[in-house]
Amino acid sequence: MNRESLLTQTGWLILALLLALALTVIVALPTGAPPFETIYVLFQGSLSSWSKVGRVLAGWVPLTLCSAGLLIPFTARLWNIGVEGQVIMGAIFCTAALRPFDDGGSAGVIALALAASAAGGAFWALLAGLLRVFGRVHEIFSGLGLNFVALGVTLWLIFGPWKRPGVASMSGTEPLDISLWLPRLANMSVSWVGLALAVAALALVYILLHRTKWGLKLRAVGENPKAATLFSLGPRRRLLQAFMFCGGLAGLAGAVQVLGVYHRLLPNISSGYGYTALLVSMMASFRLSLVPFICLFFAILNVGSIQLPLQLGLDSSLSGVIQGIMVLSLFIVQGLRLWLKQRKEAD
Amino acid sequence: MDTFALTIAAILMAGAPLVLATLGETLTEKAGIVNLSLDGSILLAAMAAFACSAIFDSPWLGMLAGAAVGAAIAGVLGVIGIYLGQSQLAVGFILTLLSRDLAYFLGHNFSRQPGPDLGLWTIPGMGDVPFVGLIFGARSPVVYMSLMAIVFCWWWMFRTEGGMRLRAVGESPRAAFGRGIRVRLVRLYYCLAGGALVGLAGGAYSLAVKPGWGRPQGCEGAGWIALAIVIFGGWHPVRTALGAFFFAALQVSGIHLQEIFPSIPAPVFQVAPFPMMILTLLAVNMGRMGWIQDIIRRHPFLKSLSKGWSIEAPAALGQDFNPKKGL
Repeated sequence: MNRESLLTQTGWLILALLLALALTVIVALPTGAPPFETIYVLFQGSLSSWSKVGRVLAGWVPLTLCSAGLLIPFTARLWNIGVEGQVIMGAIFCTAALRPFDDGGSAGVIALALAASAAGGAFWALLAGLLRVFGRVHEIFSGLGLNFVALGVTLWLIFGPWKRPGVASMSGTEPLDISLWLPRLANMSVSWVGLALAVAALALVYILLHRTKWGLKLRAVGENPKAATLFSLGPRRRLLQAFMFCGGLAGLAGAVQVLGVYHRLLPNISSGYGYTALLVSMMASFRLSLVPFICLFFAILNVGSIQLPLQLGLDSSLSGVIQGIMVLSLFIVQGLRLWLKQRKEAD
Repeated sequence: MDTFALTIAAILMAGAPLVLATLGETLTEKAGIVNLSLDGSILLAAMAAFACSAIFDSPWLGMLAGAAVGAAIAGVLGVIGIYLGQSQLAVGFILTLLSRDLAYFLGHNFSRQPGPDLGLWTIPGMGDVPFVGLIFGARSPVVYMSLMAIVFCWWWMFRTEGGMRLRAVGESPRAAFGRGIRVRLVRLYYCLAGGALVGLAGGAYSLAVKPGWGRPQGCEGAGWIALAIVIFGGWHPVRTALGAFFFAALQVSGIHLQEIFPSIPAPVFQVAPFPMMILTLLAVNMGRMGWIQDIIRRHPFLKSLSKGWSIEAPAALGQDFNPKKGL
């Protein structure tokens, strides 16, 4: 595959994108949505002003944190589907750390909250990892189950011990003191702290996977677990560490949602970024260099789709539909290439 | 006694869609294909069933639409997974998310709209029989449908030649191929059939168990539970159906628990099946470990218990089969 020219690879990619476009138009036909106007609204709603670009970047940060993290367990051939719950757990731990500081605090308190959220995400990932490594529960089920459990914990906290005085509602807990909000970048709704965290996460994952012995051994565990045991690479410990790294980054994404975006704990605090990040990492075929760009594109779609109900009366879940179809198209085109190659070899 | 009968009736009703979905997935997995798209499939089929029955004012046409949607999604998975050689798990997961968003997107205009449902069927004369009459006298058609599906699936799988082929392609595709069975085609057929059953489960939710469409519909997450039940039931139609009723019983008891513990907010009970799902899988998998097997062997009671519950996945589950690569 690697020997193919850049031109052929780009050609296949364009084919996949065209297929995605065609499929999207086809599935959207029953709603009678005008295709070109819809696309125009999607991009106009996300890129037409600086404040909208700020919102796109605010969506890019958690998505990048989760997607970069997901590459670590996948290096060992593990799917951390529990990433969604780890974002939620990060948000819960972050809010918990800030509960004593309801009349404000300094930058040190924010740093404490970030650390707590990373620990929370890592803890939730460790649970999924332990179930996988010692309980032999497939990580898809343990992760998914824990996602729903994390959601249940959030709901319990919001309607129970952490409810706003007088009213307990889906609108979440009491807002944080303004001194605990992440500082904004100019007038945009994104914080430089979040951007710095996302870029640092990309660098960290690159170094970890490609420049350390730990990453090399993790890859060996994924390629051949039996051999890894024989060479005493400690596959169990390593798998748990991989899960926890990913969970820590996902937890930070939850903290960014609490500190930078909503300034409180909501039932929908994760905004589905965990699941979207899984799509991103599949779309990138688990190559780190592609992750930030795909995250950016997906964040543009997410922000643009908010305008759809207002302007065209369409549901905002169209962004998810487009993202899913894009990844599916990529798999179809990959499959077609494989099929053509096998036919050529058979002749 | 009457409350007991009514509780059983409630469990049968809550379990009906779960049974249909688990039977569909059992058929698919017996053929060696993992259809991970269950959760999204159920939701999209529920939306299609409700929309179709509202437009044409015919709930049975809606059920048909639900089955068609379920089969179509399974067909996409089947073609990409079987013929194009891509990871079934990855494609299934993408399809889950895609169908879920597609359901909300296409169902936007049907949200909280009135529409017909399947109503009740009365079996003449049955209502007068004590106890049994309360359970089976006048129930939703999906209840009868799910009970018949259990019997049919068991009979098909273990008493027909078609069922033998089904088990052959899932256990040993190479041997099946050697016997002249078109492995990939059989797998695709059962993928479609299983998907249609899953689609019926979606229709059962939006037209009978939780009538109506909205965001959320109320059946979110049921697909994941169904996937876990298939493992719990050891890929046997009757046992998976029992597992489905077990989870339905948990859901029904959740309603009563809510009355006992009013301080716990209602949404928390909706996620209660998921820790149960993890614990059940944990119990099932722990049971297969060496040291636990030793304990079971030493106790005659546990030994006789474990005989009826041996759990082995179809040997070729999730594995590709390419006839061109030789035997």
